[in-house]
Amino acid sequence: MLFRTRLLAALFALTAIGFAAPVKADGLDSIMAAKLIKIAVPQDFAPFGSAGLDLKPQGYDIDMANLIAKALGVKAEIIPVTSANRIPYLQTHKADIVISSLGKSIEREKVIDFSNAYAPFFSGVFGTKDIAVKSPADLKGKTVGATRGAIEEQELTKSAPADTTIKRFEDNNATISAFVSGQVDLIATGNTVAAAIAERTPQRAPTLKFVIKDSPCYIGLNKDEPKLMAKLNEIIAKAKADGEIAKLSEKWLKAPLPPGF
Amino acid sequence: MIYHLQFSALLPYWRALLDGLIFTVILTIVSTVVGVALGTAGASARTFGPKWLGRVVILYVELIRNTPFIVQLFFIFFGLPALGVKLNESTAAFLAMVINLGAYSTEIIRAGIEAVPKGHIEAGVSLAMSKWEVLCYIVLKQAFRKIYPALSSQIIIVMLGSAVVSQISAQDLTYAANFVASRNFRNFEVYILVAVIYLLLAIAMRTLLRWLGRVLFKGAV
Repeated sequence: MLFRTRLLAALFALTAIGFAAPVKADGLDSIMAAKLIKIAVPQDFAPFGSAGLDLKPQGYDIDMANLIAKALGVKAEIIPVTSANRIPYLQTHKADIVISSLGKSIEREKVIDFSNAYAPFFSGVFGTKDIAVKSPADLKGKTVGATRGAIEEQELTKSAPADTTIKRFEDNNATISAFVSGQVDLIATGNTVAAAIAERTPQRAPTLKFVIKDSPCYIGLNKDEPKLMAKLNEIIAKAKADGEIAKLSEKWLKAPLPPGF
Repeated sequence: MIYHLQFSALLPYWRALLDGLIFTVILTIVSTVVGVALGTAGASARTFGPKWLGRVVILYVELIRNTPFIVQLFFIFFGLPALGVKLNESTAAFLAMVINLGAYSTEIIRAGIEAVPKGHIEAGVSLAMSKWEVLCYIVLKQAFRKIYPALSSQIIIVMLGSAVVSQISAQDLTYAANFVASRNFRNFEVYILVAVIYLLLAIAMRTLLRWLGRVLFKGAV
């Protein structure tokens, strides 16, 4: 399966090289001409995108996709993709843009462009409201649960004061159990995991204490499309300003936007 | 495929491994002493106690012997807080080990008790020994001598099984090994070392228990 996906990805990449037109029209023009924007969204990554009860994709990214289409005044064609093929879809113009919890990396920046960030994605230390912790130094004497070997656990081991008790568990589920059952005061994990906990056990709803590693999500688009890029950033900026993005965060991530987003 | 073992990669972590080893040893000693005491009480209660107490013991033994240790451990650590009983990971580990060994040793010791000839008990009673004297000097003494090898094996099994407590973040030898492996990715070396430590620990315990048996039951029947 993996091999097939890779082969497919390689094939897509090849076609992209083979058929890239020498003179390219900006993506924005063709979108406006067709009155349709094709947007690749995740289908396997809740709460950003997963199949709902009616088997239609739903999530933060799908709402964001519809928001963009609405702002452009065109129809949205939602294309469910997987993590592995979301960039090939873009490169072969099967999708105009990718809104699929895409993080920025040097490798990816070589092949595609990124808009400004549209969704917060980070790991941090979370705890119930009554616990006053604002920085690693405040962890003195506290008990934090984390999944052994995860980035947040390794970072915490470095930054937490010596008398912090870090309880390391085998997997995410055990770490979550430890937090939900009250065996640890705080939990070091990703914001999506914290959202899942908040949804299922509201009495132990984790709120963000501080961020450990920030890697927000960006919209991916093909290179050399300055008009589309400018338009997307304009829409994102407007959605941020009038609170649309904050609403998405409350709806899907069960938390306000982190400070500075 | 050639793999170059690099045990030197473990050196910076010797302290964590040593602390883990010490925790495992203490955990084993304490749970052995308390667990065997619990087992003795359980076996005596089941054989000589009132009927209702015997039933309670049967329920306890069956419940523990027919469920996995890790489930018992998770029940105590993750489950009980829902009832307001919050035990830290070390206490939960000790408790789970004691309860587990208690149940197994109840059955082992009961076998020993039932193997004591009835005539011996009657002889004790006819010599005007009290109920407790009969239990201690006639029944249990003989029972322990008979089941000592089986009990020793169970204690070793419990020691090896204690590796599971690392799952609730109790910092035993296995927890230390997992921690080191997550830091230097030298899984092969770490688990070779830890397996050897467990092996040596088991051999040492067996030797110690055999010596203890010789001291306790000298002039065996």
